[in-house]
Amino acid sequence: MLTILRQILQRIGMSLLVLWGVSVLIFAIARVIPGNPARVALGPNATAEQVDALARMLHLDRSIFIQYGFWLRDLLRGDLGRSLYTNRPVTQDIAEFLPATLELITVAAVLMIVVGLPLGILAARYRGRWPDHLVRVLSLLTVSAPSFVWAVVLMLCFAYFLPIFPIAGRLSEAFDIPRTTGFLSIDTLLAGNLAAFADAAHHIVLPAIALSLSGIGQAARLTRANMIETYDKPYIEMAQAYGFPDGRIARIYAFRPSLIPSLTIIGLDIAALLGNAFLVEAVFGWPGLSRYGVQVILRKDLNAIVGTVLIIAAMFLIVNIIVDILTVLLNPRIRHGEARP
Amino acid sequence: MTALLDIRDLRLSFRLWSGTVEVLHGISLSIARGERVALVGESGSGKSVTARIVLGLIQELRGARVSGQVSLDGQDLARVSPKARHALRGTDMSMIFQDPTSSLNPVFPILTQFREVLARATPGISLDSARDRATSALHEVAIYEADRVLASYPFQLSGGMNQRVMIAMALANRPKLLIADEPGTALDVTVQAQTLDLMRALVASHGTAVLFISHNLGVVREFADRTYVIYRGRIVEHGPTAAVFGNPRHAYTRALMAAQPRLTGGPLPEITERDPAFDAPAEVHS
Amino acid sequence: MKRAAFILAANPLTLVGVMLVMLVVMAAALADVIAPFPAHRGAVVDFLNFNKPPGGDYLMGTDVVGRDLFSRILYAYRISLLMAVVVLAIAVPIGVTLGLMAGYLGGRWEYGLMRVTDVFLSIPPLVLALSILGVLKPTLLNGMIAITAMWWPWYTRLVYNITRGEKAEGYVLAAEVTGASRAHVMFREILPNCLPAIVTKMTLDAGFVILIASSLSFLGLGVQAPTPDLGSMVAEGARYLPDQWWLSVFPGLAILVAVFGFNLIGDGLRDILGGDR
Repeated sequence: MLTILRQILQRIGMSLLVLWGVSVLIFAIARVIPGNPARVALGPNATAEQVDALARMLHLDRSIFIQYGFWLRDLLRGDLGRSLYTNRPVTQDIAEFLPATLELITVAAVLMIVVGLPLGILAARYRGRWPDHLVRVLSLLTVSAPSFVWAVVLMLCFAYFLPIFPIAGRLSEAFDIPRTTGFLSIDTLLAGNLAAFADAAHHIVLPAIALSLSGIGQAARLTRANMIETYDKPYIEMAQAYGFPDGRIARIYAFRPSLIPSLTIIGLDIAALLGNAFLVEAVFGWPGLSRYGVQVILRKDLNAIVGTVLIIAAMFLIVNIIVDILTVLLNPRIRHGEARP
Repeated sequence: MTALLDIRDLRLSFRLWSGTVEVLHGISLSIARGERVALVGESGSGKSVTARIVLGLIQELRGARVSGQVSLDGQDLARVSPKARHALRGTDMSMIFQDPTSSLNPVFPILTQFREVLARATPGISLDSARDRATSALHEVAIYEADRVLASYPFQLSGGMNQRVMIAMALANRPKLLIADEPGTALDVTVQAQTLDLMRALVASHGTAVLFISHNLGVVREFADRTYVIYRGRIVEHGPTAAVFGNPRHAYTRALMAAQPRLTGGPLPEITERDPAFDAPAEVHS
Repeated sequence: MKRAAFILAANPLTLVGVMLVMLVVMAAALADVIAPFPAHRGAVVDFLNFNKPPGGDYLMGTDVVGRDLFSRILYAYRISLLMAVVVLAIAVPIGVTLGLMAGYLGGRWEYGLMRVTDVFLSIPPLVLALSILGVLKPTLLNGMIAITAMWWPWYTRLVYNITRGEKAEGYVLAAEVTGASRAHVMFREILPNCLPAIVTKMTLDAGFVILIASSLSFLGLGVQAPTPDLGSMVAEGARYLPDQWWLSVFPGLAILVAVFGFNLIGDGLRDILGGDR
């Protein structure tokens, strides 16, 4: 047990190192720009003194290493600087927009697992027959278009031509929910407003589906591939020789060993949702971090860019660590110290 | 006396991209109640597929064509519904495999797998009953720390231990027929000998018939009452083990016996790949 | 060879993939000939015919300034394919070489290269490309640079894993013993064994690059107007949703067709070639 703890701590340590590397990378990229960021922020009408004052405030007159030093010091104090776009501390911006994105990603991740994995099991169990072919084609199709295409298609089909779902936004304007956590699913319940909860759920359906579609396809294909390999294993032949029910073999005895190799990649896919959220948020007008990120990138808002990317990278790494922990928990070989993760 | 297992003129072919390949060319074999019968041959002779056809596993593969008669306890298995046939697996018929450790699911503890096996004969068996029955089954194969073994994963147990677990599982539902596919081949020789002794004692006391598939003549000689020799999908010789071993008549059988390495030294004789003499008609010892 | 033919026959989908890709390639190559309104790829305005739904002369309708969507899509395919070719042509050699070095040379090379690779891989691909583009001016060239920069680590990781396994194989030892240089061992001995995995990945990546490129241009960070690009066409069209739906849907479908084709081929290759851990 101790070895596992040590391995996980090592992993966390490594992730912190990587995160630091990311910070350096993004910092460097963000500062290697033509032109004067202070000038860009203030616009062409600002006077030279104003630009210089802002430049000094942003430490732009010092060497890049010193700039990084300032930034790192601030970071460790929890200060990511001010956004020139919203004129607020970046941390505040992130706190406002992150929950929306997290909610969207969570629902999408759940969809990926709840829909994608069973489809993969189905395809493997009926290998070579029509359920298999159907799942293969559908999953390949969903992976072949960017999320914004699906977002557009879904919106047209289910919000316009068939007005079942709302077209954009997170919550109907009619509702006014006090903001506690920023997570509508929690806040609406805290406010005791079930109608608002239902409304928020209604709003999240299409964006979440659009975001998760390619992830579902990936998860289905991966599960199918791993399960097909597992089906060739001797212990499955034994299960069949003993007449274990086919369904149980598929869902339990073939699925569990297949899950372990899939876990890493599914984790990566869930983390990739972070990147794709940009596109879906744009189409559905979802007020999340990704949309904020695009705005600040377009405006070359340095502090905000670095802060946003850092948070996203951190979430990425956290998902990876969770995946590692799950791998350890699910694989009895590792739990009992037989193999390394 | 009606045979327990009666196979008549069994043929198996596979339809592949390159054409049709015939694997079994009319096998006939019978096993009486409580009898121990061996099916001996090289790799690729068709002995393993024969076993799997009895269980009904091959018929589920695409491209497999099976004809001929396979009867268990008087019932023609081709005529019963697939559901009824499926019901026989794990209850009236069971199987043990070559490599015990890889034949057990690596991510589930032994008890879980045992319980699933017991559920075949006693559907919905409770965890406690399963534990009790598994424990007594393990006692029968001389495993006395049953609690520890049941809580373990296959990779935590030795090969010999896993082999005994498999035997216990196979006999737990008191099947009429046990199919043993090269049991113990993956184990080292002494362990193999011990487990075979154990198996022989158990099937004798339960009255279980055994179809023993092997390429290891020494083991067969110790274990089986009657022996069938299979070569390229055909039975070339069969009869009481003592007779077949003592007086092999068919050219192939003789070549097979001669190919055994001897403790006393001498070169390792070879069996030529194909010899027209091997295609001679079958020899039967009464 | 016969095995390949058999697998192709069993997987008619792969053939479909080949046909789709050939369709896309031909559309791009012969755009000048096929397009009913070749001039519309530029800054043409035809206010008499703007926002026309699909039909008649305009197979897929016209956009807000009256340009034929079908013609523009044909030319947009050129950009997409160009992206895929250029990005892969640069990223793959770099990534593969670094992977070979990290896997074979080991030691500090391995540690350093793989840590750097990890850093790049830990940022979601789109985010990295976006940050790079955020700093540079959005042009086709910079778009290619950004995507290439985030692409090479995947090949490094892939080749690194294979090389680590192959390092202990007999043929490597044999070459070393006969005095082969390290470069020779890496490129002449180990690399050929990586090729099936690399080729499969490249085919799948061709589609994936098109996907990412269209995502970037969707956000306004790719080619600029008036050059036709599938992603930006969808973005422009999104503003006129849902009434002028064809403006977004057809370019979107065009992306789908191209990527789907590459994916089908890649899947088929994976079945035939086998190596894709």
